[in-house]
Amino acid sequence: MKFLQDIFEKQKPHFEKGGKWEKYYYIFEAHYTLLFAPKDVTSKKGVQIRDAVDMKRMMMTVIIALLPTLIFGIWNVGHQHFLATGQEAATILDKFAIGAYAVLPIVIVSYATGLGIEFTFATIRRHPVNEGFLVSGMLIPLIMPATIPLWQVALATAFAVIIGKEVFGGTGMNILNVALTARAFLYFAYPGDISGDNVWTYFGDSLIGMSDPVQAFSGATPLAMAAADGISSFSNFWLSDAYTFQNMFLGVIPGSIGETSTLMALIGAAILIITGVGSWRIILSVFGGAFLMGYLFNFIYDINYTGQLGTGVKVAFLVGTIILFIVNQKFIKGELKAIIGVLAGMLIFTAVMLFSGAASEFMKVPAQFHLVMGGMAFGAVYMATDPVTASHTFQGKWIYGIMIGALTVLIRVFNPAYPEGIMLAILLMNVFAPLIDIYVVKANKKRRLSRATV
Amino acid sequence: MSKTIKLKRGFDINLAGKAEKKLVENIKATTYAFKPTDFEGIMRPKLLVKEGDTVKAGTPILYDKKNDAIKFTAPVSGEVVEIVRGKKRKLLEIKILADSEIVYEEFNKFSVSDIESLDAEKIKEQLLKSGVWPNLIQRPYGILANPEENPKAIFISGFDTNPLAPDTDYLLKGQEQYFQAGINILKKLTSGKVHLNLNASGEVSSLFSQIQNVEINKFSGPHPAGNVGVQIHHIDPINKGDIAWTVKPFGVAQIGKLFLEGKYDTKRVIALAGSEVKNPQYYSIYTGACVDKLLENNLNTDNVRVVSGNVLTGRGIKKTGYVGYFDDLVTVIPEGDEYEFLGWILPSTKKVSFHRAFGLLAPFFAGKNKEFVVDTNLHGEPRAFVETGSFEKVTPMDIYPEFLIKAIMAEDFDEMEALGIYEVIEEDLALCEFVDVSKHDIQKILREGINLLQFS
Repeated sequence: MKFLQDIFEKQKPHFEKGGKWEKYYYIFEAHYTLLFAPKDVTSKKGVQIRDAVDMKRMMMTVIIALLPTLIFGIWNVGHQHFLATGQEAATILDKFAIGAYAVLPIVIVSYATGLGIEFTFATIRRHPVNEGFLVSGMLIPLIMPATIPLWQVALATAFAVIIGKEVFGGTGMNILNVALTARAFLYFAYPGDISGDNVWTYFGDSLIGMSDPVQAFSGATPLAMAAADGISSFSNFWLSDAYTFQNMFLGVIPGSIGETSTLMALIGAAILIITGVGSWRIILSVFGGAFLMGYLFNFIYDINYTGQLGTGVKVAFLVGTIILFIVNQKFIKGELKAIIGVLAGMLIFTAVMLFSGAASEFMKVPAQFHLVMGGMAFGAVYMATDPVTASHTFQGKWIYGIMIGALTVLIRVFNPAYPEGIMLAILLMNVFAPLIDIYVVKANKKRRLSRATV
Repeated sequence: MSKTIKLKRGFDINLAGKAEKKLVENIKATTYAFKPTDFEGIMRPKLLVKEGDTVKAGTPILYDKKNDAIKFTAPVSGEVVEIVRGKKRKLLEIKILADSEIVYEEFNKFSVSDIESLDAEKIKEQLLKSGVWPNLIQRPYGILANPEENPKAIFISGFDTNPLAPDTDYLLKGQEQYFQAGINILKKLTSGKVHLNLNASGEVSSLFSQIQNVEINKFSGPHPAGNVGVQIHHIDPINKGDIAWTVKPFGVAQIGKLFLEGKYDTKRVIALAGSEVKNPQYYSIYTGACVDKLLENNLNTDNVRVVSGNVLTGRGIKKTGYVGYFDDLVTVIPEGDEYEFLGWILPSTKKVSFHRAFGLLAPFFAGKNKEFVVDTNLHGEPRAFVETGSFEKVTPMDIYPEFLIKAIMAEDFDEMEALGIYEVIEEDLALCEFVDVSKHDIQKILREGINLLQFS
């Protein structure tokens, strides 16, 4: 590769101080360091050797972990297309071809817009190009429906990178998850193109001679149906065996490009956890929090609708959880304290719900269904684990994760406008993550101060 | 009653080129250097010698105008041949051309029973003028101990877990009586205890098995279990207002020898280790020896980094540089100043990483005993903090290093104090700097924070 390096070395003086393209130095540098790891060495004071991992390799690991969802997503877009148009006999290659035709432009637009902005900022601000967008650029397409207009992708990406990240100072400084900011932008600006029953299935466009083969097709997602009529409506769907637990787990259902398959997200989770890039605490606690909240809702529904539970038992339940909460505050330490604290909070909430007598069809959805429907798994694995916007302390990660899981189910059940909750839950907890850390660290400071004698 | 403390967090870096337990005695370096930069906290050094002067081992050559009681003395006898200054005339090295036979300044000599009856004042006086005092380091801040203080305890770490660290027992072979005498003397300098911390996973050596007058604590776990700062944190943590002292085992023996023999003897055993050394082994030298003789015909390649100390906290020196005052190890590793095609992503079985990220998993399957050749390449470029949790995973203390470092960067004094800056010095967070994906100079930032706190 010497010749390639020679080309770079030859161009280098033009970009260095005093060169004719001086202000584009960081763009040059980004390309050079992408091809060749730089020769910088450690300083003479301090550590003399460094860990072999840098930001580029870390971000690349996340992209590799995302590949299963991307590949499956491309296939699934094709699969849903043929399913809806009644051509179930289509070959796997056909499905991939249609899927790729719909998905790849979105990926390309996302990267082109985002990297363009990154390069612009790097040039204006004179700082190196950050690797963060390599991941965001892949995440954004995966949480869009395949039918999203490309100009909206570009607009949302631009909004996310500029308002979600650069105004805070760039990668590492942002408060909100960049990819989710893009999605939230579209959700509020162009809701018709990103939610509802009609956006999840790609029918094709007239450019390649495809036209809507069916009129008035409804490709509702399981979440939308469960929100409207409860889980019993699954069997009334036009394709009656479409929404089995197994199908939802595998992901052969309508939905955002990369979000449908829990299995693929779990493969990605395995990659992230083995490589240590994603926090297993967060992934586990998001799933745990969602399952528990789902289970508590099942419990509330059963008690309030069918079962008879005396006020005495309800009071005992409430008092019991409050005692648990107090005991936790006083006697339990470390990460366990964080977990029990949030769980106690959820139990108290449940007790209040029991007194209120609340019940809705969505509450009946079995807890394990919550884990495989919608973007739950994708959000838990790829979004909640974003190290910049998540809690930084170990205890904080447990609280952060359980809260995301619980809030997701809470929003799903109670939000009348929108059946999915993971995006809002993560964004909300992004905002709270620093606060959680402040309290965790405060406890640490208090321990230290309590020892002091001066 | 001895305690055993098990530490789980940390990371052992297994480098190639461990020193073989063979001692080379008759290496005679010609020049020796005293480096004021080895000590944190020398503010206004005042030279007592000039080029051409002759000195004996133990002759004062320097003192700090801020603390003029502590004398820094010549490690060997001979002629002062050069005084090296750096930018802004900063004093860097005082070079001494050694006599072929070392002549010592004479200090008071005591028998073992005499030492029993000595009082702290007398002890301090002898320690201060002889040049062994700088072995005593004060926590917090990791600076030279102030003779006017009475520390709440003195801590000695009896083992070293740094990469390629020499075996402490081997370094002190035959010095048992001096070590014990040193302990007895230290005991008089504190109203509290003298703690000797040993490796729980190794067997107790002959050196430490008979030792008296100390509190023995045992530690097990990966690096930095051998760091005295980590040990203090678990035995008797330092709070605001506390003062504790630390001494390295060699310093203890040196103190003992000063009193039993009446001379400042800097003869010590050091290890020469690292992947680029042909024959990594132990050498007997005097403190401050030039490394050129050790490296002569002993290197595998030419493009190397010579480090006085270990690769985590040591300092890069020239091939004709000098061993630092506190260092018992010289490490030689390859200099990594080369571009590597797609180096940031190509899978490799040769690179060391705490993170196991993609392409670096192979070392994990190779097992704990695989030895690595690691060069000085930075492996990436500096970035904003993105990774979280890794600092905590390599710091076996109840401290949040990431928050502490950010507090220092923000120059927030209250936060620094509350987050435990009193409990750490550079070596305690060295692993954080190693594992940092964003390639910050954590140790440098920490020292800036300590200086801010100390001088404001």
